[in-house]
Amino acid sequence: MAQILDSRRKFWIRVEGSIVKWLFMACASVSILTTIGILVTLLYQGYGFFNEVSPWEFLTGTRWTPILKPRSYGVLPLVSGTLLVTVIAAMVALPVGLMTAIFLSEYAADNVRRIIKPILEILAGIPTVVYGYFALTFVTPLLQNIFNDLLVFNALSAGIVMGVMIIPMVSSLSEDAMISVPRNLREAAYALGATRYEVSLRVVVPAALSGIIAAFIIAISRAIGETMLVTIAAGATPRMALNPLEGVQTMTAYIVQLSLGEAPVGSLEYNTIFAVGLVLFCMTLLMNLLGFWIVRRFREAY
Amino acid sequence: MGNSTVFNIRGLNVYYGDFLAVKDVDMDIKKESVTALIGPSGCGKSTYLRCLNRMNDLIIGASVKGQVSFENRNIYDSNVDATEVRSRIGMVFQKPNPFPKSIYRNIAFGLKVNGFTGDMDEAVEKSLKQAALWDEVKDRLNDSAFTLSGGQQQRLCIARALAIQPEVILMDEPASALDPIATLAIEDLVRELKANYTIVIVTHNMQQAARVSDETAFFMVDEDRSGYLVEHDDTQKIFTNPTNQRTEEYITGRFS
Repeated sequence: MAQILDSRRKFWIRVEGSIVKWLFMACASVSILTTIGILVTLLYQGYGFFNEVSPWEFLTGTRWTPILKPRSYGVLPLVSGTLLVTVIAAMVALPVGLMTAIFLSEYAADNVRRIIKPILEILAGIPTVVYGYFALTFVTPLLQNIFNDLLVFNALSAGIVMGVMIIPMVSSLSEDAMISVPRNLREAAYALGATRYEVSLRVVVPAALSGIIAAFIIAISRAIGETMLVTIAAGATPRMALNPLEGVQTMTAYIVQLSLGEAPVGSLEYNTIFAVGLVLFCMTLLMNLLGFWIVRRFREAY
Repeated sequence: MGNSTVFNIRGLNVYYGDFLAVKDVDMDIKKESVTALIGPSGCGKSTYLRCLNRMNDLIIGASVKGQVSFENRNIYDSNVDATEVRSRIGMVFQKPNPFPKSIYRNIAFGLKVNGFTGDMDEAVEKSLKQAALWDEVKDRLNDSAFTLSGGQQQRLCIARALAIQPEVILMDEPASALDPIATLAIEDLVRELKANYTIVIVTHNMQQAARVSDETAFFMVDEDRSGYLVEHDDTQKIFTNPTNQRTEEYITGRFS
């Protein structure tokens, strides 16, 4: 048979054997190498920071005033600001997103689903800066009618709008997980006299739980890392905050603030960016590990 | 036998969109007996079976015309609740479909959604015993149902259906995905269950129909691909002296 292979064909087979695999592998390694690169940069620049400020002081300090005297480098106000906004966002996005997914997957007729899904995806495509101004100029004034002492920059409105922003992520990924639950499981439940609500909540959601939790985790990671919205709407006051009616500064918003300023490269102020970035990196990493663990722990294999 | 009837089906037509899948079926199904539905592929016997507990409601585009009276009440009346129908008329499917939960919770599920308030452990044990599965699983009730073999899974599905104490059990080729030994176990079970339950079983396997059923209904498909009922009689009669020529040709294997 070999003689019928012409020389071009033979050449192609040789090329494929040697180059193509490497090409694909190179593409696959882009994201891995980028991650490693980011981590190395964070660690390298962070090292400069931790030479001057002890990690203990950084991680347990409750005052963050790196550019004002007296200088203080306790990162907890930024962490608490981030968490406050994230928790508010999660309180909005997780229930609403999950219920949207249940509606789309179990209740909606085909033509309804075909209309709603694209609308949700458009919501996901709106630039975050638009959400920021939506929070600042629309939601905050609205909320001020209810909460008299709501400040112009506040965690509440930033958190709510962030929650709305990540609803499509929760609902779309959860719906994907629920749609792929086999039809015969639903039939089994209906045949036992279960109502649609019972089939959804007791069969489909548990069977899709690992995918749903993955959706939650991805959405929360996104909320932790979201920058523009909180920079615009949540303020720039690093505060050990539990009161959502006041302004907070998140880690990301701080990084923006400092990047826009005039901190000389290599200075301690400049290096705070990387120390804070390192914390941000660890938090999202932790979220993802947690998600990974939960997915395995609660998996209902079907 | 001389039993009373549980189902009186009159003028039943099933459509998928515009397509007439089952045409003009009239049939009475006797209480506490086994009725087998046989016929070639695509003859509508499964579609017909799924009309008896309104499972076709779940298929988009499916519609049912005619009357399915269950204990003298048309289950397609507008004031009849499909979930109530399904909790009185259980179903076992072609492929075992246990929930991805423990063996125990597979049984408990149906009881919980039907508002059972009695002793759950006792009810689980009872239905597993009825399905001849108890001895094999009593030490591993909290294991996932997926650790069971295919035949055990199917008996679990039967136990799950029995747990809510339906009056009728519909079986849609319950043994077609199983090996011969597991198949015989299911058939033994069907024969035992008819003492207390009415069973309607769709099967591809004519020997199986002959072995387990009291009555047999033979379905065919016409030139428009619509299924219709050819003949319904005592199993003995269908297999030895059928009235209709097509029935005889089918059971003697002249076409399939």
